[in-house]
Amino acid sequence: MKTLLTTIALSATLALPAAAQDMSAQLKARQGQFRIMALNLGVLGDMVKGATEYDATAAQAAAESLVGISMVHQPTLFAEGSDEMSVDGTRALPAIWENPDDFAAKWAAFGEVAAQMQTAAATGTDAMGPAMGALGGACKSCHETYRAPQ
Amino acid sequence: MSKLLKTAAILAILGGGTAWWLSRPIHADPSDFEGLTGDATHGEQVFLAAGCASCHMNEETKEKTVLTGGMELPSPFGSFVVPNISTDPEHGIGGWTVTEFATALQKGVSPKGQHYYPAFPYTSYTHMAAQDIVDLKAYMDTLPASSQENADHDMPFPFNIRRSLGLWKQLYLKDSYVVTNTPGSEIERGRYLVEAMGHCGECHTPRDQFGGLDRSAWLQGAPNPSGKGEIPGITRGILNWSKEDIAYYLSSGFTPDYDSAGGHMALVIENTSKLPDEDRDAIAAYLLALP
Repeated sequence: MKTLLTTIALSATLALPAAAQDMSAQLKARQGQFRIMALNLGVLGDMVKGATEYDATAAQAAAESLVGISMVHQPTLFAEGSDEMSVDGTRALPAIWENPDDFAAKWAAFGEVAAQMQTAAATGTDAMGPAMGALGGACKSCHETYRAPQ
Repeated sequence: MSKLLKTAAILAILGGGTAWWLSRPIHADPSDFEGLTGDATHGEQVFLAAGCASCHMNEETKEKTVLTGGMELPSPFGSFVVPNISTDPEHGIGGWTVTEFATALQKGVSPKGQHYYPAFPYTSYTHMAAQDIVDLKAYMDTLPASSQENADHDMPFPFNIRRSLGLWKQLYLKDSYVVTNTPGSEIERGRYLVEAMGHCGECHTPRDQFGGLDRSAWLQGAPNPSGKGEIPGITRGILNWSKEDIAYYLSSGFTPDYDSAGGHMALVIENTSKLPDEDRDAIAAYLLALP
């Protein structure tokens, strides 16, 4: 009986780390969001680089998509317990949840430069170049602190 | 004493003496810097290309021109704390002569004659041109002083014996570049930016058991010294990016599929984005010329 109890107690202890919450929906939403960002940045960046012709309509649509993503409420996606220490399949560092205000500020900064791109996209690649640089800066400033290396 | 013992004693003294001699601190040659005048404006470009602020910036405030240090650099040998290199005469490097500054950069030796740990990339900076060193000093002399005291490195025995770094330098502090064949001035400039200034190899090249760079796997990627993840290889075959892709990444931080740089590389790009276009093109040309 004692052995059985001990076994049960031990199993319960061992099972604890595995009791992480299922965060697969949050992870999919997050990674999808960043994929949408990358695709639209690609439309704009290729025009800036001269890899594709400037197309005002396409540029506008891409920039608006970025602005749209910037309005998604991030705490819903970055739920407590969905960092890389707690669940597999993510590079989100625990520092995000240690500095929620800074994380929110960096996301807001992305929104601001996305809005700049929205204005620039209407005028042509001359204005889009600096806006693209600002977007790159916004991505980097967050990834520098909050994303684990591959 | 038997003859054998005497011989052994003499050999031990000779051996110890040789090791002591081999591990001595080497100094830069003051005559290399005689008659050179520092240009602080160009020095800022050197400061960016050499990536000084990426490690020496104020760890608390992240200000890139306040060189307080404080960042922790983990390694398999122990943990380094980046020192204060601001103009403060007591806690920083204010008041150093040009030769002392050059000795630190090119030989990894402090004004007191102590070896620096190679977390400070002097095996790269050893290739820096005399004029660039003088210009860099002129620029750094214009930056503010920070009176923050330096924290100690967390190095266990035997790695806390700095004298032994002199022997390490015999193996790894080399006068020669890794790439010896540089067809054209662009690739040559790229080599200077990558191998000397940018010290790219310090992270992107794997290290051997003594922590020296494995030049046979130059820029082919390495484990992250933090213990988690990999630093990617950046040779042509591994990366498979065009020259424009590389130059654009170094200016914007965007990869060809519009992912963005992160971690320490984000800090590197903050510097490379401020370099002239020709320098980013040169880095790309050098990387594409690698085997």
